[in-house]
Amino acid sequence: MDMITFPTIDMTPILPEIYLSLLAMALLLINVFMPGRQKGYLGYISFVGVVAIAVMTASGWGIEVSSFSGSVIQDKFAIFFKIIFLLSAGLSILLSDQYMEREGCNHGELYPLILFTVVGMMLMACGTDLMTIFLGLEVMSVSLYILAGFNRANIKSNESGLKYFLLGAFSTGFLLYGMALTYGATGTTRIFGISGQLSQMAAPAANIMLLAGMLLMITGFAFKIAAAPFHMWTPDVYEGAPTPMTAFMSAGPKAAGFAAAIRILVISFPALQPDWSQLFWILAVLTMTIGNITALRQDNIKRMLAYSSIAHAGYALVGFAAGNETGVAGVLFYMLSYAFMNIGAFAIVILIAKKGETNGTVQDFAGFAFKRPLLAAVMSLFLFSLAGMPPTAGFIGKFYLFSGAVQQGYVWLAIIGVINSAVSVYYYLRVMVFMYMKNPSEEFEWATVTAPVALALIISAAGSIILGVVPSYVMQFAQQAAKLI
Amino acid sequence: MENLNGYLIVSAILFSIGTIGVLTRKNAIVIFMCVELMLNAVNLTFVALSRHLGNLDGQVFVFFVMTVAAAEAAVGLALMIAFYNNRETIDVTDMNSLKW
Repeated sequence: MDMITFPTIDMTPILPEIYLSLLAMALLLINVFMPGRQKGYLGYISFVGVVAIAVMTASGWGIEVSSFSGSVIQDKFAIFFKIIFLLSAGLSILLSDQYMEREGCNHGELYPLILFTVVGMMLMACGTDLMTIFLGLEVMSVSLYILAGFNRANIKSNESGLKYFLLGAFSTGFLLYGMALTYGATGTTRIFGISGQLSQMAAPAANIMLLAGMLLMITGFAFKIAAAPFHMWTPDVYEGAPTPMTAFMSAGPKAAGFAAAIRILVISFPALQPDWSQLFWILAVLTMTIGNITALRQDNIKRMLAYSSIAHAGYALVGFAAGNETGVAGVLFYMLSYAFMNIGAFAIVILIAKKGETNGTVQDFAGFAFKRPLLAAVMSLFLFSLAGMPPTAGFIGKFYLFSGAVQQGYVWLAIIGVINSAVSVYYYLRVMVFMYMKNPSEEFEWATVTAPVALALIISAAGSIILGVVPSYVMQFAQQAAKLI
Repeated sequence: MENLNGYLIVSAILFSIGTIGVLTRKNAIVIFMCVELMLNAVNLTFVALSRHLGNLDGQVFVFFVMTVAAAEAAVGLALMIAFYNNRETIDVTDMNSLKW
């Protein structure tokens, strides 16, 4: 019998994914075979692993490798997004131990699941084949369903996981149908191949199958990034999920959805850019407006941040609708800053809440500044950044997004974005009013800040300030990454 | 293959039935079955197109979809059991502890 000769495959583009998967599987084994119920140390191991893999990923900057016959690629775009995913995972891991301990669900499976989610997100960012992107998306989603329902004894967490699962699987159906029709219209699933086929077509905009495929894929991704009118699941899922996982979900998977959608639309469908640009124009306006208007009415802080995260997806869609280099660089930069400021804000929410999250309304922030002036100051920084005030990361991010839209001639889109941004100041500042100007309603012991949470707060605060004060250093990386074609 | 359109129409009808089922049914398991129907409608599209185009990419894709659907089923049913343990129902209208 002949020996099967394996083709030589360059593993470089998926090395971070391989190492992360190995780490996650090793953690699962440690979790099973080590005695004792306290598995907090798994968090430290995974944090160290995430940092090491982030360094390894970053060291590949500038080296472009495509392998597996064009299914995966290592380029600056993929690396930039991978760093965002690893950052949001690292910060959420730091927040998890204290929260899960308090809620009594500190099971060791948490950390491997977070790592598998990151593996899926990374495949979405570096996949250049619809198959790879689909597989990455599902690895991410399936792990996230479990993470949302991780607190099994808590009815809200159950409900959050189940709702996320039903609607996530539903949206997967649309995405997949879109991929099937695109494949039918072009005869390939490689995204570079699709653009090649499109450039040979006489009138791609008249091809019904292709258009339907693109629209269905956009619908699927709009679900994943929580763009209106496909955002209905977001507030419920974010409110019910364990808070560190809410923080993670709002930063990492949202960025992953943008990564895959940008790569598919910008590379595969440049011929249809006028069409999808218009569509994203509408989606961006709807998403920003609905997110901000409904956030105004929320008392529950997690629900408010969920609506605010819908609004932020809307701002990022402004840059996406522009579809030019400034806009895409703006999306990259914004996703990075959003990871810092949003996870930071959720860290404070974790410290405020009591066991079982019986409190957690905006009113519970009353008098926070008198008891914990430093934490209140840090929270104010995050809120300023989310509201987009200078000199924070949020301001610079929005500046790039909106200037991308103006460059493309979408002046009205930028104006609507700025108005929305002004509206959002109300509900962010409302929290600050409670922190600084109201007296605490009852005596209540604030949770102590453990070392990992303190580290997470320092990293997110530093990120929110540094990206705002000296943005050019990070922005040059984002601009290089945005040169997709 | 002369009858590509027939296959595409059947799978489009199946996909629509699945979609309507998800939107109208109340039992979480039935909703999940409708999602599976949608995925399998897509599989039919892939296989028919693969045969029509004469390349295997579509059929390979179907294997991935089936694997993923199995993984999703495992996770989804586990989530439903967890919910049932707490509430003794899997009716989506009873999922009301969070404001819709």
